[in-house]
Amino acid sequence: MTAADSAAKEPAASGAPVIAVPEMALVLLVGVSGSGKSTFAARHFRPTQVVSSDYCRAAVGDDENDQSATADAFDLLHYIAGKRLKRGLLTVVDATNVQPSARAGLIRLAKENDVPCVAVVLDVPEGVAQSRNAARDDRSLPPHVVSRQRRELRRHLKRMAKEGLRKVHVLRTAEEIDAAAVVREKSWNDKKELTGPFDVIGDVHGCRAELEELLAELGYRVRRDGEGRAVGAHHPEGRTAVFVGDLVDRGPDTPGVLRLAMGMVGDGDALCVSGNHESKLVRALRGGKVRVAHGLAESLEQLEEAGEEFTARALEFCDGLVAHYVLDGGRLVVAHAGLKEEYHGRASGRVRSFALYGETTGETDEYGLPVRLPWAQEYRGRAAVVYGHVPTLKAEWVNNTICLDTGCVFGGRLTALRYPERELVDVAAHRTWYEPTRPLDADAPAEREPGVVDAADVGAVETRAGELPGGIVDTGHGPVKVPGENTLAALEAMSRFAVDPRWLLYLPPTMAPAPTSADPELLERPREAFEAYRAAGVDRVVCQEKHMGSRAVAVVCRDAAAAERRFVPGSLGAVYTRTGRPFFRDPATEAEVLAELREGIAAAGLWERLDTDWVALDGEMLPWSAKAEGLIREQYAAVGAAARAALPAAADALAAAAGRGLEVSALSDRIAAAGRDIEEFSAVYRRYTWPVEGSAGLRYAPFTVLAAEGAAFTDRDHLWHMQVAERLAEHCPLVRTTRYLVVEAGEEESAAAAERWWESLVGAGGEGMVVKPLAGACAKGAKGLAQPGLKVRGPDYLRIIYGPDYLRPERMERLRDRRLGRKSGLAIREHKLGLESLARHARAEPLWRVHQPVFAALALESEPVDPRL
Amino acid sequence: MTITSRHRPATDLGFLLHKHPDKVQSFGQSFGTAHVFYPEAEEGRCTAALLLETDPQALLRARGTVDSPDFALASYVNDRPYAAASLFAVAVGDVFRTALKGRCAARPELPGTALPLELHLPAVPCRRGPEEARALFEPLGWTVRAEPVPLDPALPDWGDSRYLDLTLTGEMRLADALSHVYVLLPVMDGAKHYWVAADEVDKLLRAAEGWLPSHPLRNRITGRYLARRRTLVREATARLAAAEEAAEPEEADDPANEEQAPARTGTGGGTAEGRADREPPLAAQRAAAVLDVLKAEGARRVLDLGCGTGTLVARMLGDAFFERITGADASAVNVQRARRRLRTDRLPEADRRRLELFAGSAVYRDERFAGHDAAVLMEVVEHVDPGRLGALERVVFGSAAPAAVVVTTPNAEYNVHYEGLEEGAMRHSDHRFEWTRAEFAAWADRVAGEYGYRVRYLPVGREDARTGAPTQMGVFTK
Repeated sequence: MTAADSAAKEPAASGAPVIAVPEMALVLLVGVSGSGKSTFAARHFRPTQVVSSDYCRAAVGDDENDQSATADAFDLLHYIAGKRLKRGLLTVVDATNVQPSARAGLIRLAKENDVPCVAVVLDVPEGVAQSRNAARDDRSLPPHVVSRQRRELRRHLKRMAKEGLRKVHVLRTAEEIDAAAVVREKSWNDKKELTGPFDVIGDVHGCRAELEELLAELGYRVRRDGEGRAVGAHHPEGRTAVFVGDLVDRGPDTPGVLRLAMGMVGDGDALCVSGNHESKLVRALRGGKVRVAHGLAESLEQLEEAGEEFTARALEFCDGLVAHYVLDGGRLVVAHAGLKEEYHGRASGRVRSFALYGETTGETDEYGLPVRLPWAQEYRGRAAVVYGHVPTLKAEWVNNTICLDTGCVFGGRLTALRYPERELVDVAAHRTWYEPTRPLDADAPAEREPGVVDAADVGAVETRAGELPGGIVDTGHGPVKVPGENTLAALEAMSRFAVDPRWLLYLPPTMAPAPTSADPELLERPREAFEAYRAAGVDRVVCQEKHMGSRAVAVVCRDAAAAERRFVPGSLGAVYTRTGRPFFRDPATEAEVLAELREGIAAAGLWERLDTDWVALDGEMLPWSAKAEGLIREQYAAVGAAARAALPAAADALAAAAGRGLEVSALSDRIAAAGRDIEEFSAVYRRYTWPVEGSAGLRYAPFTVLAAEGAAFTDRDHLWHMQVAERLAEHCPLVRTTRYLVVEAGEEESAAAAERWWESLVGAGGEGMVVKPLAGACAKGAKGLAQPGLKVRGPDYLRIIYGPDYLRPERMERLRDRRLGRKSGLAIREHKLGLESLARHARAEPLWRVHQPVFAALALESEPVDPRL
Repeated sequence: MTITSRHRPATDLGFLLHKHPDKVQSFGQSFGTAHVFYPEAEEGRCTAALLLETDPQALLRARGTVDSPDFALASYVNDRPYAAASLFAVAVGDVFRTALKGRCAARPELPGTALPLELHLPAVPCRRGPEEARALFEPLGWTVRAEPVPLDPALPDWGDSRYLDLTLTGEMRLADALSHVYVLLPVMDGAKHYWVAADEVDKLLRAAEGWLPSHPLRNRITGRYLARRRTLVREATARLAAAEEAAEPEEADDPANEEQAPARTGTGGGTAEGRADREPPLAAQRAAAVLDVLKAEGARRVLDLGCGTGTLVARMLGDAFFERITGADASAVNVQRARRRLRTDRLPEADRRRLELFAGSAVYRDERFAGHDAAVLMEVVEHVDPGRLGALERVVFGSAAPAAVVVTTPNAEYNVHYEGLEEGAMRHSDHRFEWTRAEFAAWADRVAGEYGYRVRYLPVGREDARTGAPTQMGVFTK
């Protein structure tokens, strides 16, 4: 059958032609000027789906008839069509397209975008076209042009189907054109409406017994024929099995496997995609020239035994297999050798080839096997891709893809993936049925998470137009935008200073201070924090003592296996700062601290209680001087030193002048006050300074248990976090507890008690406290996510922030205008990113996905904000 | 600051300073108020005091962007209200303007007379300690007493602060004394706290006309006074009439080494290279050696990863051999500097098509790194934390995977030849490690094996029989 007459073969009941157009395709309208293409397009397609040459000519030439603009117009047409196809949109080209060369370019464009190309030929009698053209007043087309176009069209019409078009629909009269109906046709591979649940089964390769065993393990009931042969299997809960292909070859019972799979597919209990072995078997059974190797001989022999009738059915089955399926609303893709994102749901030779064989570099490894391109490592799609084809020791997720071929026929295991549960179920091979070319445990191309993220993943690649990158990170609490220049700052900071990104599951957000106190003698006090939370709709809060040290996130692994599985091989944890830098310069100190925490966690029984082999804590490492001694010396102590040298000398000189009867009393008073201020100022940093040697002298005050295996504890309330920390402190001398107080923000008595508590804290030299919603990190108020915390710092502590003398009334007056909005906004955005990275890490999402919000948080940290807030 | 004169009558000081001994006078400055008063005014001894009260808010406005070891908060909590540094010098220049010029209408003979003077500054920032103060003031005829101020009496372990209690005694014309203080306070501090403008050159030369050309440390003084803004320094050095044999700057930064350095390294920064190597500079030898290797490998499309401000990129751009030149650096600021240096906006079309510059990191995979014959990592690996080298290897050798990779890095064994570089110290404050030849070879051999390359080693710079050359180079080929 030639495609040219296919339209005639599928008339609708009424006799009107029905034109089937794939949902994702390039449609070429073909016809002379005046054949009614634009009218046809307008009737059957949305305006945005139609790209017309007239429009493009006008766009680049200001005149639809400007023939000199033709070349540029078609450039533009190709460009627009290309962009649409790349994005998977149905596109209709409204141009005469009568010459084979004009069609060739568009057909190539469709191929490049892996979509089918169909033609709809409007072959109206010349007279009709001529009279229509004559009636148009916006264009005068000489009659000979239409004649030439028509000659051109008719000359090539017969051969048009061979130009690479999937189908050519021909409508011959104006009436036929008017009557024609256009229907959308789903792609073979589009099974988005099927939502499972699925059990995806890896390469079976004729291992019938193991397959039956696995199906039983998965809960399927096998149906048998009179001879006891398995001819179907049904899951009582209506689950659907999906075979990733390579049912055949190598193993002991290819016909048995086919019989079972064919039965299941026929009954609607299973789907099956084609593997490269099915493809080759089809060619062999059809008598094609194939090399009988890689276990094909076994299949052919077994099929011969099974009889001609069965072999014919098997051939029909294998020949009808589709190369990949898109399932569950686009969230699941199954293809034998995997499939990169650009190819999902597409149809072309190379898409099929990728799905069956994968892409190789053209090189071979030491076993003579082709070296595969690491498509999975570069995969960034949101759809899970489940595949087989490459035997590996263990099925592991890599960037949301997983290979289920665990080499059953080679004596490995037969593996299935429960979806959407993402549980692996497997059974051992009964024996080695076929000797592998490469030993299964050979440490060769196992697809492992490489620990390297793409610059494009974090939006750090400038557009071709030179625009700054940046981007938007989708979080569970709404999108967060990251400006381009911040992204580049983060790229530098991450590259030069941060720890291995695999450790970075979270960066603590910045914290806003409480709104400026109404009391003119204070900048911050608890009352405003309570009021802010009440205004946001949060009534119960917890006040936590604010330790003055340095923020430290500690990821503690129970053993090397946990670190290797979840983080970085060859280490047992990491302690990093709020910007992701190693907390300790000396790796030995870090190891000591981690060892103490590890022992404490074990002694406290937290491994068991949290059901995990690693824990991430967020807290404050004390003393401040441990990390910031240089800063304290250079900045704070130095100010004190300069003042202690200068102020007495000034006071002496002023005293002498006063002795001479000069009027310097006001100046003297100010110098004396400055002297008192500087002593208070020095007292502040001295309190946060004590000697440390290695880990000796260090104290760690964790206030949040960030995460453990499979869990982000962002949904727990702060009492839970405090209790875990207290339990840890009981068993770990390094750990210090945090004093806290639960407050009903709206109750006067409760708030007043909290104020007294705060006064006693800061009166004893404390930095102050942090007020947090009791419900925890995910606490919501009236306007969405609430601030995770508001700090309320003590008046003396603030001397090291605002200057020794900031409490003087004239200074206070100016300082009270603090403009907190920017800081608060930043705190919320960073908080959203922090929650998101923890959630992604808990879901065991690929590194690039976890790194995205972490990187974005660091980028936001480079926003210019008043550092005193 | 107090200025004491023992000249008889000592109260002549009042005439010289143009400030009456029996008055308390205040002078508004952009950053606060300067007060002048006399704690003593006897026939035999007269002391004038200049007391500067800074206004934090005004200071913020006047804040400069000059390199200083300050952190962000330092704009708010700092020593400016107490220490005598550049702002104090400005106040001196303003309040005693006429005295500085050596003019005195009332006593015309006085400005030319050397007086027995004592200047006392109780808190002078001087990171290099009392020796620096002596080295700066003694050649000018002062007797210097410089006592370090303890950092914190409550924390005696912390030792001395960077401040000196400085007393200068000597027979000196007052204008000269003031000009010494005016110029040398910022020099001792090494950081100016206000914007350095081009007219600073004139100010410096005018103020120090009489004594700077003959001062043994004139280059250091010029450099520091101008806050090490290089073009200004060069201008000033050129204009110093006596600067016939321009000694090289004491802290010659190797520009190649600056590439990966943080914009604000702090005072621990600076490099050691360059001192031991006279000509041609090591950086130039290194670039030449890299270019030679690239040509020998036939690498016409080259990725310079960690291109810094574009030194090597510029050389490749000027050589028609290279058809495609890509420069990437993790620092967007460096890339911007490279763009300016290469005037990318004015390049002829042919060159523009050969060149691509962008912010990109050696530890983030990047498709823009693909499609080159060679990648150059010139003095880059030593700026990467050892724990992140694996990522760099994957990005460069595994992902970009050009046919050739050229890596240069310091040879730690050679460091013994750098005077002033302490044993075990590294050449640049941002270096995370410096490898011996054996350590480099161990790394390179492993990487080559892992990613299917062969590697050969070449020395760069003058080779020493025992320690090898200052720079080591590994050439990886497929």
